[in-house]
Amino acid sequence: MQFMLLFSRQGKLRLQKWYVPLSDKEKKKITRELVQTVLARKPKMCSFLEWRDLKIVYKRYASLYFCCAIEDQDNELITLEIIHRYVELLDKYFGSVCELDIIFNFEKAYFILDEFLLGGEAQETSKKNVLKAIEQADLLQEVSNTGLHPESFVNPSCV
Amino acid sequence: MPAVSKGDGMRGLAVFISDIRNCKSKEAEIKRINKELANIRSKFKGDKALDGYSKKKYVCKLLFIFLLGHDIDFGHMEAVNLLSSNKYTEKQIGYLFISVLVNSNSELIRLINNAIKNDLSSRNPTFMCLALHCIANVGSREMAEAFASEIPRILVAGDTMDSVKQSAALCLLRLYKTSPDLVLMGEWTSRVVHLLNDQHMGVVTAAISLITCLSQKNPDEFKTCVSLAVSRLSRIVSSASTDLQDYTYYFVPAPWLSCKLLRLLQCYPPPEDGAVKGRLVECLETILNKAQEPPKSKKVQHSNAKNAILFEAISLIIHYDSEPNLLVRACNQLGQFLQHRETNLRYLALESMCTLASSEFSHEAVKTHIETVINALKTERDVSVRQRAADLLYAMCDRSNAKQIVAEMLSYLETADYSIREEMVLKVAILAEKYAVDYSWYVDTILNLIRIAGDYVSEEVWYRVIQIVINRDDVQGYAAKTVFEALQAPACHENMVKVGGYILGEFGNLIAGDPRSSPLVQFNLLHSKFHLCSVPTRALLLSAYIKFINLFPETKATIQEVLRCDSQIRNSDVELQQRAVEYLKLSSIASTDVLATVLEEMPPFPERESSILAKLKKKKGPGAVSVTELEDNKREGGELNGGGDRGPDTAAMAASNASTPSPSADLLGIRSAAPVGAPPASTGSLLVDVFSEAGPAAPSAAVNDDGFLSSAPPSEDPAPPLSEADELLNKFVCKNNGVLFENQLLQIGIKSEYRQNLGRMYLFYGNKTSVQFASFTTTVSCPGDLQSHILFLNVQTKPVEPLVEGGAQIQQVLNIECLTDFSDAPLLNIKFRYGGALQNLTLKLPVTINKFFQPTEMSSHDFFQRWKQLSQPQQEAQKIFKANHSMDTEVLKAKLLGLGTALLDNVDPNPENYVCAGVIQTKSQQVGCLLRLEPNAQAQMYRLTLRCSKDSVSRRLCELLAQQF
Repeated sequence: MQFMLLFSRQGKLRLQKWYVPLSDKEKKKITRELVQTVLARKPKMCSFLEWRDLKIVYKRYASLYFCCAIEDQDNELITLEIIHRYVELLDKYFGSVCELDIIFNFEKAYFILDEFLLGGEAQETSKKNVLKAIEQADLLQEVSNTGLHPESFVNPSCV
Repeated sequence: MPAVSKGDGMRGLAVFISDIRNCKSKEAEIKRINKELANIRSKFKGDKALDGYSKKKYVCKLLFIFLLGHDIDFGHMEAVNLLSSNKYTEKQIGYLFISVLVNSNSELIRLINNAIKNDLSSRNPTFMCLALHCIANVGSREMAEAFASEIPRILVAGDTMDSVKQSAALCLLRLYKTSPDLVLMGEWTSRVVHLLNDQHMGVVTAAISLITCLSQKNPDEFKTCVSLAVSRLSRIVSSASTDLQDYTYYFVPAPWLSCKLLRLLQCYPPPEDGAVKGRLVECLETILNKAQEPPKSKKVQHSNAKNAILFEAISLIIHYDSEPNLLVRACNQLGQFLQHRETNLRYLALESMCTLASSEFSHEAVKTHIETVINALKTERDVSVRQRAADLLYAMCDRSNAKQIVAEMLSYLETADYSIREEMVLKVAILAEKYAVDYSWYVDTILNLIRIAGDYVSEEVWYRVIQIVINRDDVQGYAAKTVFEALQAPACHENMVKVGGYILGEFGNLIAGDPRSSPLVQFNLLHSKFHLCSVPTRALLLSAYIKFINLFPETKATIQEVLRCDSQIRNSDVELQQRAVEYLKLSSIASTDVLATVLEEMPPFPERESSILAKLKKKKGPGAVSVTELEDNKREGGELNGGGDRGPDTAAMAASNASTPSPSADLLGIRSAAPVGAPPASTGSLLVDVFSEAGPAAPSAAVNDDGFLSSAPPSEDPAPPLSEADELLNKFVCKNNGVLFENQLLQIGIKSEYRQNLGRMYLFYGNKTSVQFASFTTTVSCPGDLQSHILFLNVQTKPVEPLVEGGAQIQQVLNIECLTDFSDAPLLNIKFRYGGALQNLTLKLPVTINKFFQPTEMSSHDFFQRWKQLSQPQQEAQKIFKANHSMDTEVLKAKLLGLGTALLDNVDPNPENYVCAGVIQTKSQQVGCLLRLEPNAQAQMYRLTLRCSKDSVSRRLCELLAQQF
């Protein structure tokens, strides 16, 4: 896989993961182009399309589009299920995930993705194992974070 | 704000995100962000040391701002500090920031690498994983240099945790993709391959991606993976749907791993070991059988996972292309999907069937689905699916169904999406030509094409129909009649006028017997379109008119009248004006005999590859027209035309080169390589030639003047080539224009251009002195096999003026045709008298085999596949040499492009390397060539590797190129 993008129906980018080295400018150009292309497609259309010399696999979940770019010899259907498994992981972690969870906890969305996919390839496909890894990390956070941090009491406007 | 906020919520971050979301306008957002940036900057600069939490929070805010699309130019140092925090959550945010916003600041890279090194050696698996994720996400060369040797050790160590192994495998893969030279598996190879046997399915899933990539590059070293992969696959395929616990996905056992295993096997030929092969065939059969079983779940995830494996299995079956039984079963299975209610499956089935159509075992089976595919073309609602259907129709087309398929594609064209029209037009044109049983059908098809989709008919297409009509006298009368009828339409496309003008100008006489299409009727019909046409078309029509005068003397007065009118003879366009003037003059002063010679029917075009195919290939990339297809087409074409593929040089119709913005450039012949030895159509340049030939001043000396009877030309033998001739030649390998030679007396400049196997070279001889050169002669001798008298190159030229005045320059044109591949350059001998002394000088003409390159674009996959196919030792030529010139990227790129090949980006996993691909066009054959240049800037060395389908070409190119860098 070359990259994965999550964006909303309004075209707002919510998550971007690049597995090939590209300049920021190029990334922005690709994002713009793809968001436009995918949003223009009608609901019943097929989930795959040819784009440049890549294959785009996308699926919409509620208000969010999940969009992956894969290479010529990669398998479209299994990529569709990579997307689904990622959605399941988010769902399990956040408890019926919605777009807001990904906006406010974007760093978590990246961490979960890193446990699942690395370098554009599936690292661990077992839902249980991925969540175990993430929960272990959360546990480490709780331990290191015993007691409320003083900032929690601070007036938010001072932040 | 979401109800769930796991771990440690950073309240300040959440507030900031809320604020941004509440911004009503882009300006408000920018304002809020700038305020935040100022705040963070002051915190980072403040005297008070920030605690880890605050640092983490601010770094995270910066990251958020960056991900919103704003630039971030600070905070890197704070993020790096977080890496060395003991607190996991701070470390994690630090790594995330680095992964997303890595900066090539070398100072930081060193610090980052240090932190990573500490975490890798921490023996804390969570920290190790974080570090490995970071390396995999960044994947830079610096990181490869620092860690490429360490990670294989972690990957295979007995005490490494499974999760760390998984990360290590994929981390290594990423490094291998960016810097293959730094990742050396060597001693680890067999232990890495044996990860396929690991008990932990997750480890196997991660490791197999690495093994697949390594196998693609070093198939021999990794070939033991085949039997391991087969047994692993067999165990998964035969397991019950619950055996694999959490690796079962919607009742499908380990779909990701299965797909990856099948993918790995596609790196290799079928297993040689009978038992292994038997087991694999069994697996493939089981997968095909399972497709027929009722689904275990109604969920789309179940069917997707199951079918993902099925499609991957079919890919493997197609890759092997050796099991007719499996191929036919695969085809039947795909046939069922063609009518499936899931659009995705229909799309994939059409795509997969395209490859099946090229296998001899399944071609017939694919053809049985023609009605379904035609139906898909008509009824699919999604254009990408229709595109697949059109591709498949193209792939399954052969003589038996060509008429039906072409007819369907033509009728689809009327409503086709604009985005795919041009490609459809090319496909129809190719199929019509390739499978034409009678040429009247071909002519009808192309004219229909112009009628239906005239705007999308590229030059290549209408050039081609003219080439074919000119070369086939049995179709000329029919073509004339048909275009005549087509032109009757009140509004016809300009391309139709071009074809009509050309064909009636050549063959209008064949239908002139019928009073309904008498010469004057034909002329009036053409001329009625004249005023609506663009300049290039008008120029073409003027040429047709002058041809009419020759064909039908009775039209002479009418046409002269037209030429004489102000709108022609004083046309503001210089090309039109010149044609009108010259044609008018020609028609009034030349005798009938001269006219008949000048305006003779076009000679047949040389037989060559269809330029339309090349166009389609360019448009679609190599996937569309594979090398084998090109070869295949060559065969098929030969069949149709009774020997050799006719492919007249499109540009030979200089007068009608429609796309050339300035047709006057054309007239000079710069852009058009006319067929060697054949006079181009009635262009101005031809007129000049004719007149000079007839004029009294024209030299009558032959090219090879042996001076037996004539006294003036020097009769000495040509001098041996200059000692620096090779050096001079080398200067022109990657460029076509420049000064070839210069001494105190003479300067020789060169301009040349090549197209397919033809070339045209302009030599400019400049007299640098103030004294006249007398008896100036030039002789070109071509390389060839002396014993068999077979020429490799054919170079034709006219003698030059024997006198070159002081300070003057004369020009000579050479027409070059490459007959077969060659090593020796043609020799140019120049003799002249300067102040009584005979000057005799021989140079090598810079005509090298690479001049006949046609660039070939191809994907990484195709490149390496071709590369592997050219694996016989004699097909490869390699040289390692010291850099003689600048190793600057741009300079290298320019040279490689000048070479004539396509410079392929993103093919070589190492971005420092250059790979190129091209096909050398000679009259007798095409030679595919792949090139790889690996610079080593440190050592100032290069390694150059060439693989060509002909070994002599590999060697010659290698010799030539080693001098260039």
